[in-house]
Amino acid sequence: MNEKTTLTFAIMDPPFESARSTTFFRLLNVAASRGYNINVFAYEGGVHLPFNKQKRHANGVHGTTLEEENHPLPKEWVNELINIAKQNNGHIEWVNCGLCADERGIDETVSGVRRGSPADFWKLASASDNSLVIGTR
Amino acid sequence: MRALQIIEAGYRGTLEEQDDTIIWLTHAMKGIDADISVLLCGNAVNYILVDQAPPMLQFGNWVQTQATDIEGDLVKLIDKDVEVYVVKEDLKSRGLINRKNIGGIKLIDRNQLPSLLEKYEQLWHW
Repeated sequence: MNEKTTLTFAIMDPPFESARSTTFFRLLNVAASRGYNINVFAYEGGVHLPFNKQKRHANGVHGTTLEEENHPLPKEWVNELINIAKQNNGHIEWVNCGLCADERGIDETVSGVRRGSPADFWKLASASDNSLVIGTR
Repeated sequence: MRALQIIEAGYRGTLEEQDDTIIWLTHAMKGIDADISVLLCGNAVNYILVDQAPPMLQFGNWVQTQATDIEGDLVKLIDKDVEVYVVKEDLKSRGLINRKNIGGIKLIDRNQLPSLLEKYEQLWHW
């Protein structure tokens, strides 16, 4: 085991559906800020999180313009967290399940995300200090 | 490393995926010789019953051709020497304890869970 803490996360939830996805990002934020090495295996709906075609929208109910609403986009959080990890001498390896991405048409992700398989999850988890699975409920 | 897949959410997306996604994941990991076991609890204990026949989906001209076969997928997993544990109390509370099951499973009392979980380095509760 390396001296630097390495954590692996598996996430199944898509964004904008439950508090699990934002809680997941908060956990990543703490780990990245501490300079941990972080692995993410996005499974099933989780592959939507770094989808590069997410777009902001205005909000008529709020009475806000597109700029004022500044709607949260998880793809930007992924970018930010990758940068935070780097700034703290850590690293985020984000693997999107390839078959899960195909069946959902997630054909474009932010930089730093790669396609992979369950074998990647097993290998990453095996080389980690611990893993946390966040399943859909 | 030894890992335990804890499956509690039964029939999550199984009609459209044509399998349980965590059982599928376990098959894929076993394919690279992962030392992995499965614990079924909650509604997922229903997976061990035989003669499940989920209806084929049909929307307009689109007709499903590959039926979901969770019991078959579990049998194949057991044939690959993956241990499949099932929480006995969850079967009892659902009136399923005396129903015919696929065999090869390991029934476990809830109070035995701590000693089972201690055998694994990682616990993945899906």
